[in-house]
Amino acid sequence: MSLLEIKNLHASIEGIEILKGLNLTIEPGQVHSIMGPNGSGKSTLARIIAGEDVYSVTKGSILLNGKSLLDMDPEERAQEGIFLAFQYPVEIPGVSTKYFLRTAVNSIRAHRGLDELDAYGFLKLVKEKAAWVELDPALLDRPVNEGFSGGEKKRAEIFQMAMLEPTMCILDETDSGLDIDALRIVAAGVNQQRSPERGFLVITHYQRLLGYIVPDVVHVLLDGRIVRTGGKELALELEEKGYGWIEKEVAVGA
Amino acid sequence: MSNDSNTTLDQWAEQSDYKWGFVTDIDADTLPPGLNEDVIRIISRRKEEPEWLLKWRLGAFEKWKLMTEPEWAHWPDHDWRPLDYQAISYYSAPLRDEDRPQSLDEVDPKLLETYEKLGIPLAERAALAGVAVDAVFDSVSVATTFRDKLAESGVIFCSFSEAVKDYPELVKKYLGKVVSRTDNFFAALNAAVFTDGSFVYIPKGVRCPMELSTYFRINQMNTGQFERTLIVADEGAYVSYLEGCTAPQRDENQLHAAVVELVALEDAEIKYSTIQNWYPGDENGVGGIYNFVTKRGLCAGDRSHISWTQVETGSAITWKYPSCILKGDDSIGEFYSVALTNNYQQADTGTKMIHVGKRTRSNIVSKGISAGKGHNTYRGLVKILPGATEARNYTQCDSMLMGTDCGAHTFPVIEVENPTAQVEHEASTTKIGEDQIFYCNQRGISSEDAVSMIVNGFCREVFAELPMEFAVEAKALLAVSLENSVG
Ligand SMILES: Nc1ncnc2c1ncn2[C@@H]1O[C@H](COP(=O)(O)OP(=O)(O)O)[C@@H](O)[C@H]1O
Ligand SMILES: [Mg+2]
Repeated sequence: MSLLEIKNLHASIEGIEILKGLNLTIEPGQVHSIMGPNGSGKSTLARIIAGEDVYSVTKGSILLNGKSLLDMDPEERAQEGIFLAFQYPVEIPGVSTKYFLRTAVNSIRAHRGLDELDAYGFLKLVKEKAAWVELDPALLDRPVNEGFSGGEKKRAEIFQMAMLEPTMCILDETDSGLDIDALRIVAAGVNQQRSPERGFLVITHYQRLLGYIVPDVVHVLLDGRIVRTGGKELALELEEKGYGWIEKEVAVGA
Repeated sequence: MSNDSNTTLDQWAEQSDYKWGFVTDIDADTLPPGLNEDVIRIISRRKEEPEWLLKWRLGAFEKWKLMTEPEWAHWPDHDWRPLDYQAISYYSAPLRDEDRPQSLDEVDPKLLETYEKLGIPLAERAALAGVAVDAVFDSVSVATTFRDKLAESGVIFCSFSEAVKDYPELVKKYLGKVVSRTDNFFAALNAAVFTDGSFVYIPKGVRCPMELSTYFRINQMNTGQFERTLIVADEGAYVSYLEGCTAPQRDENQLHAAVVELVALEDAEIKYSTIQNWYPGDENGVGGIYNFVTKRGLCAGDRSHISWTQVETGSAITWKYPSCILKGDDSIGEFYSVALTNNYQQADTGTKMIHVGKRTRSNIVSKGISAGKGHNTYRGLVKILPGATEARNYTQCDSMLMGTDCGAHTFPVIEVENPTAQVEHEASTTKIGEDQIFYCNQRGISSEDAVSMIVNGFCREVFAELPMEFAVEAKALLAVSLENSVG
């Protein structure tokens, strides 16, 4: 069974169709990348998979391990194993990152039939996983994402991903705004989490990140549809030639 | 008694959205509605009061008749019926005075059952937590525990009516000295018709060996509640007092006009904590308590310290400004408040810090949370009088909005008459956004847990001031009060 299976997905916001019949299948252990120009619908796809209800799905299906996600609340999807590293992580004043994460970890554990982590077990896990992305543990006593630098926010997202042990990880432009050192650290944190069961969908604008997180499959998203699918060399080709040539080819083909 | 008499408590609890909205079926002894001198005489006679107290009441009543009910702000969507003071019954007792239980064993089991439902198994809780409980049921105290232990250290903790009988000199000395009997419309009404309340006296140098706690509960239909509390901490004494209340569900608006007076002498400290959870009305704004309370503390002696902490989640309308008069040099006044309004609730709350003595300090932390169509107002006064050299105040006033139909308003007034004073005011308004909720959801956290986590984070500085068990209760209460407020 595929890990994630999206079929003929149509979705709109405020009456405007953004996704126009999207198909995507990810097998366990695979890393897929979605590339595409600004406004092509990459974040929309990510947020729809995660269950944000401002979008309406008008047609199609999304299955995770054969289970339909569209009937589930976003928290249920998270508990089932969907994780989204946000393009713009949200600040939550007054709630410490540790407290937030402990609540999250335990609600997901409860769903999986596991006992609550006690304070000791939790802190041990925090220490281990924070090291993966070289995150200063002192940061975790601060409110969620509040006053974090751009790079710290992105690292914190990958750290949260490590803490929650999802099966399907979606990274929305995790590379944007990172300098080369931070990019390397974040990529290492992601690679640490690759496993035969886990799938990744890496959304990016540039090929740069894919030099560190090497994808099995690369898709090009254009105006709400996947118009090209290839191997990692497709990313290099896009880097070289931009999106213009694909746009032209699609226009000719249509 | 209403026609609910044969409805069982369980049915009540089930039928009701308001988790703690059940009515206890107890033999009532209630005066017919109406207010005149005779009613006041009857109350005073029932309570076997001395002549001076009756005179004091009648004096207040004379003034009250000349006063007019203050007007409150009419926020959008709110349509409150004016109060009819002649439609209120001013006295009710669960039992006739001579039949009143002398110990917990004699207390009506149904009343105890009610406490159980509230999560306050009186005897057990008192024993476990080491808290002395002066339970006020309707207008008459029915149980006071731990009296002996307190007596050992010389602490007096009893109902107001007992204090009038047993400690008339103390009562006479302090009654109305902080909140005069004609202070305001509702304080005057209270002075005229108050039926009971609590009295605390901590003698010189005594640290009260336990937290003192009172549970209030409105029960009788149409019965205004006029509690009166007086706490005196003599030189060097310390006491922490907890007040918490829940009320049964009903349709009419009920008036609750309590008066609390605190007096701290030299080097004394009083901590007064409240959880206010009177019935707030239903989701359409029908019913609910009008909670018009006058609370004031006098830091009479040098280096005295009074601290108010409140968590206000109930009532249809709350008007409440627990205040401190900082008369003694180097005295300290504090006010920590969380007020939450949901549906059609209105809370207008804040404090007055009156700096009289030298180097007096005050600290104000106010957190207002508005949801539904609720309105939350912070109204505060910081007044530095000419003699208050080097006085200092810090005020922090934060509002949180949930949704777009609610409102937050702040009216801070600062009057400084001494140039050496330092006054700081900070304010903020935040919104719980859909994006924050979605972010939490994406991490496996339900919307309700997310809201309660965000709200508790917002309130943490205030909760930190509450005694431990009270803080736990307060968090639970906020969560319950916000149920269904996120969609
Ligand atoms: N909340 C919204 N309201 C209206 N239009 C939106 C909203 N969110 C996204 N869009 C539109 O949907 C399209 C796709 O946006 P997005 O998924 O963010 O693209 P990408 O992530 O590929 O840059 C854009 O045209 C954008 O303007
Ligand atoms: Mg995007």
